[in-house]
Amino acid sequence: MSILADKETRVVVQGITGRAGAFHSRTMLEYGTRVVAGVTPGKGGETFEGVPVFDTVTEAADKTGADASVIFVPAPFAADAVMEAADAGIGLIVCITEGIPALDAARAREAVRRQGARLIGPNCPGVITPGETKLGIMPAEIHKAGCVGVVSRSGTLTYEAIGQLTRLGIGQSTAVGIGGDPVIGLSFTDILEMFEEDGATDAVVLIGEIGGTAEERAAEFIRDHMTKPVAAFIAGRSAPPGKRMGHAGAIIAGSSGGAKAKIAALREAGAAVAESPARIGETLKSVLPPPR
Amino acid sequence: MNIHEYQAKELVRRHVVAVPAGRVAASPQEAGAAYEEIGRSHAVVKAQVHAGGRGKVGGVKSVSSRAEAESVAQELLGRPLVTRQTGPKGLPVHKVLLEETLVVRSEFYFSVSLDREAGRPLAVASARGGMDIEELSRTDPTAIASEHGDLWCGIAPFQARKLFSRMGLPHDLMGPMTDLMTKLGNVFINHDCSLIELNPLVLTDDGRLVAADVKMAFDDSALARHPELAALRDATQEDPREAEAKCSGLSYVGLNGSIGCMVNGAGLAMATMDLIRLSGAEPANFLDVGGAATAEKVAAAFRIVCGDERVKAILVNIFGGIVRCDLIAEGILTAAREVELRVPLVVRLDGTKADEGRRALAASGLKITSADSLEDAAAKAAALARP
Repeated sequence: MSILADKETRVVVQGITGRAGAFHSRTMLEYGTRVVAGVTPGKGGETFEGVPVFDTVTEAADKTGADASVIFVPAPFAADAVMEAADAGIGLIVCITEGIPALDAARAREAVRRQGARLIGPNCPGVITPGETKLGIMPAEIHKAGCVGVVSRSGTLTYEAIGQLTRLGIGQSTAVGIGGDPVIGLSFTDILEMFEEDGATDAVVLIGEIGGTAEERAAEFIRDHMTKPVAAFIAGRSAPPGKRMGHAGAIIAGSSGGAKAKIAALREAGAAVAESPARIGETLKSVLPPPR
Repeated sequence: MNIHEYQAKELVRRHVVAVPAGRVAASPQEAGAAYEEIGRSHAVVKAQVHAGGRGKVGGVKSVSSRAEAESVAQELLGRPLVTRQTGPKGLPVHKVLLEETLVVRSEFYFSVSLDREAGRPLAVASARGGMDIEELSRTDPTAIASEHGDLWCGIAPFQARKLFSRMGLPHDLMGPMTDLMTKLGNVFINHDCSLIELNPLVLTDDGRLVAADVKMAFDDSALARHPELAALRDATQEDPREAEAKCSGLSYVGLNGSIGCMVNGAGLAMATMDLIRLSGAEPANFLDVGGAATAEKVAAAFRIVCGDERVKAILVNIFGGIVRCDLIAEGILTAAREVELRVPLVVRLDGTKADEGRRALAASGLKITSADSLEDAAAKAAALARP
């Protein structure tokens, strides 16, 4: 078991013939992901690495039974691609693209919700269930199948944390990068809820950062609903206010979005918060229940 | 991206929102002429910088003659203005805005921003304007009305009326106030704003509703489709290192410490800064070369970090995934030879092709300290930066 995606998940890649789309489709195929279709408007009828390419997501879904999408479409067109996937009845939409205008992302999110679909991202590394499937751009070899769920707003910092876990011999059930933009699809809380219900997950690593209040919401959920232990790290304690730290969403605005309040809220909720980003794995290990 | 007050006022004026009669001036002579053109005995001269808190540090002054307008402009222009929002160096003043002095009956507050959690525009209004809205929300939260707007039209007329009714203002203001709200909601959507703030929004003695101060910021990700807005950018209001980094497609924020950082990925870059601080030193910058960094980007990043005089040691932290560490090493070596390394360099490579990358660095003959973990890297850099 896992959350969001497993070896049965049938994936359509939107933007499969673009540079990033092509590169990562190959690594997904190598990992064993069932990439059943690609979409590039104007290239319908072609194939990519043996995968049929269609002009529209609807056609791809109808002909191949795709139930999840990974989007590599350039930023000006990516929100439209998300809405197209939702319109085609795709249940899980993973948007990798960075730099989508916030209002576009917000509109796409509304469309996804109206269809009852789920959106991961944008501006995220995607979702991986180690040993089963990978819908994204993360380096697969640092992962190991196991029982720790990982949810993060970051990319390489997540790899760092997963590398620490794997080195300690601790495997992961599913790792989800929810994205570094101000407006994203599923939140920390949504993913925590799934991990709490997932039989294959025993504990969770949450990696947050400055900006917004998603970590505070997550802390409320942990306090009120989580029975599984949570280890956390919040990046950006040394970030100055008012400056965008790389991610469009990582900005301390006025008195909101600072790291201190997030760390305090998570600690109060019972999460173990690592002081140092080098100790995320150890912190998780200290709260991990003994193997069943 | 932020813009100047005079630019924001011009923008909202074009959408039929009243602003004070005013002219922008870049020299004392122009300021004098602007004073005459406005044609009122009392005027204000406002320094144009991308920061608030100008009034408290002499950046906004009243004048009542052409000569006075010229001398105040002389005083303000060409000099940095230091406010609580600018940092110790301040921001250069290249323009001043001359405006009619409003005779104020009441001051209100109105803003539209994007509520990131809700994914909707958020309109905030108060009958108590002219003060810091965050301060007001702490001291008197009931004085603030807020309402989520619409992603397509901004603020619908009924949403404006709901806000107005909670502001507790007399009925004769309902028409003009709700009209202003819906117009600005529209501006917010059509220009991909991240913020429009009117503080104060003034009701003058003669019954006009005038936006006495306007602050506007735009979504950087949307500027490509608004070339007219992108053209409003004033690079002199940005840290020159940040501007240079932007040209190379890098994300950089200047700080005041002594350890220059170069990291792939924003989250890891922030975490690296945090770890430097835990090691007893301070980072000189945030620098994200991107999740998919190339050797060229690494070289450009390296030049920026090396060009910073405050930097006493450099820490490179790369977690290779999509990015191959051997290519990163190549970029580091190219740049290190080119810029002549004057400070110690600590490199931590992990992930894809890390061993190859480390070997290339070791074989280069350059003085590079290799670190085998995040913690080790930060500790070594902190030790090397100590005087």
